[in-house]
Amino acid sequence: MNADSAEPSGRRKFLATVAGAAAAASLGAADAGATGGERGSKRKWGMVIDLDKCTGCQGCVVACRAENNVPMGGQTESELDRAIYWMDMMTIAEGHYPELRVQFVPMPCNHCENPPCIKVCPVGATHISEEGIVAQIFTRCIGCRYCTTACPYTRRYFNWATPAWPEELKKTINPDVSVRSKGVVEKCTFCHQRIRAAKEKARAEDRPLTDADVCRLPACAASCPADAIAFGDLNDPESEVSRLARSPRALRLQEELGTHPKVIYLREAKWRE
Amino acid sequence: MEGMSNPAIDNRIVATMRRPGAGFYVAAAALLSVVAFGLFAYATQLLEGLRTTGMGRPMYWGVYMANFVFFIGISHAGTLISAILRVVGAEWRRPITRCAEVITVFALIFGAMSVIIDLGRPDRVLNVLQNGRPQSPILWDVCCISVYLTGSLIYLYLPLIPDLAILRDKKGMLAPLYRLMSLGYRGTPKQRMILERAISVMAILIIPIAVSVHTVVSYIFATTLQPGWHSTIFGPYFVVGAIFSGLAGLLIAMAIIRKTLRLEWVMKDIHFNNLGLVLLTMCCLMNYFTFNIYLVEITGNEPNVMTPVMEKVSGEYAIPFWGMIIGGFILPTIILAFPKGRTVTGCVVASVLILVAMWLERYLIIVPTLMHPRMPWREGLYAPTWVEWGITAGCISAFAFLYMLFARFFPIVSMWEVHEGVQESIPHVTGRFASYMPVVRPQPAAKPAKPRPRVGQYLASASRWVVGAGAKAGCKARSKEIRALTREGNGARRD
Repeated sequence: MNADSAEPSGRRKFLATVAGAAAAASLGAADAGATGGERGSKRKWGMVIDLDKCTGCQGCVVACRAENNVPMGGQTESELDRAIYWMDMMTIAEGHYPELRVQFVPMPCNHCENPPCIKVCPVGATHISEEGIVAQIFTRCIGCRYCTTACPYTRRYFNWATPAWPEELKKTINPDVSVRSKGVVEKCTFCHQRIRAAKEKARAEDRPLTDADVCRLPACAASCPADAIAFGDLNDPESEVSRLARSPRALRLQEELGTHPKVIYLREAKWRE
Repeated sequence: MEGMSNPAIDNRIVATMRRPGAGFYVAAAALLSVVAFGLFAYATQLLEGLRTTGMGRPMYWGVYMANFVFFIGISHAGTLISAILRVVGAEWRRPITRCAEVITVFALIFGAMSVIIDLGRPDRVLNVLQNGRPQSPILWDVCCISVYLTGSLIYLYLPLIPDLAILRDKKGMLAPLYRLMSLGYRGTPKQRMILERAISVMAILIIPIAVSVHTVVSYIFATTLQPGWHSTIFGPYFVVGAIFSGLAGLLIAMAIIRKTLRLEWVMKDIHFNNLGLVLLTMCCLMNYFTFNIYLVEITGNEPNVMTPVMEKVSGEYAIPFWGMIIGGFILPTIILAFPKGRTVTGCVVASVLILVAMWLERYLIIVPTLMHPRMPWREGLYAPTWVEWGITAGCISAFAFLYMLFARFFPIVSMWEVHEGVQESIPHVTGRFASYMPVVRPQPAAKPAKPRPRVGQYLASASRWVVGAGAKAGCKARSKEIRALTREGNGARRD
């Protein structure tokens, strides 16, 4: 008799525990939602780069390299096109001397909304986060380089050798970013470690994450002396990036491919590729 | 056991396995030393990473991917050709099915291996099973190639069983191995019926599988946005290219087997002539597809697509490109178009040209496109290093060595199929030809020809496809009749 009644009550207790845990989890999620997203809708991180402001100083390139533990390939490897730049400074020469004009184009990953790299990954190492960051799971990547081949912007990089740094630079390795092994693909993450830190800071201070918290958050944006790079939530119509993205000067790279890049360039003159 | 073996044929074929001459050991030593070099190259690559190759950004793929497509293409020699010839009942297939099927199995192994060699982290290859994403064309390849490899192994093994039984009865040193592998086959009518039905089921199943394999290989390229790859013609183009290069590989293998094992009495000139005709058909298809692709790309004149096209037509890759078109596609077409070209020598010359051209074709699909990515500010340079060439040479040598080893331990010509042909082909073929021509039979002119039996025959020959596909398990008498018709219905032109 006792044993008979004990079992249902035990089960009830178990169910109650589960329900409680579920409620707590959902409350926790709601709480996180309240402190994380002030409007309740999903964020869509994007970047605006004003080419008319860019001086080509390469500050963003250096800052990115330091922040994200991008390895130093050395001269030999660079000459073999194996250098890794999560943020790369490209130059386009337009016209001929004396009517020559050089355009500097800082090129991070475009974090497409419809990324061709994700579709081809056989193991799901390349993925897009809920907030639109196209990222790479370094510990799962098998190094088939299908994503690097499929990216129409060639913005993904492969570790052809074991990443190495000169002795004096080893102390500068950022503990917030994992160091990659040889044979895996890596890429720009919009400094997601900084975004996470900013979210945690806002939560600790019990306030919503504001545009001011993030608009110069990535290492490239923070380091730009010309203030050419802005970062923020493209879903928030009031954010600086949304405002700039509405500019008539705004353009995205290779829009005709339907990849919907979330990196938007501003430029006065007509674009000539 | 009666009727299962024919000592006159068996002994001569078994003799090819029993007497490896000095040539065998010399060839084996040469091949194995190249394999050893390939292993050394791969060890270097494993230790130092893919920096030992010539690849970089944006040249993310190179020789290894070309090898992958090439080997998978070669694999279409065997199973597909043998299955098609079996299904249409071509009598002349009998001495060449085995050596074709073996090519498939070994080529597939090296094709799959080429991809693993290309991986940055080969230790994580099982992630494809653990975290596989069905949306990725690479996963489609993994599925199709493993099904094809399994199917090809079964399709190689089934027709090997009666031969293994013959070898078992010869009481050689390896008799226990053959006893184990022959699964107690005694050649009883029931065993034979089951075996033949299983072979015909596999022959039909393997055809769509083989077509799917090279189609999904092409999807790896065609599903991306890369200029020059994103093409709807790629699926059939790759399948045709695969059969094309596979046939060339088969002809070379046959010529070597025939020469070294003195099998001229069974692999006759007519076999080369017939396969040469099949190869000629594939030549024409290949020329047609190639013309199609480049005409459409050039007239479309889309700048992104034109860059790799012009790189091939008049740029850095003009010499290999035109060499491939003229030397590898057009010249073999001319050689094979004439009966004098379809001799053993002619076929081998055409096949070597085709194999080189088809490897180049894959290389020229991959490299010029990757050289010119859509963002025009970074262009790549690619020159394969000794590691890549070493591994490639190692793979080809290992393939040849395994093939040699197979011929040493198993009959490279299907003994039972050959003497089945000797015993049964001629009456069946005569009967079939007679059935085409109603006037051959002497009959009273006044009586109208009986239409019923002929309609019945057509129905029966149609139903043998159904039975062959395993859809129907007919009664014994019926299947006997159908089998008789199957042998009758040989589609060969010259048997």
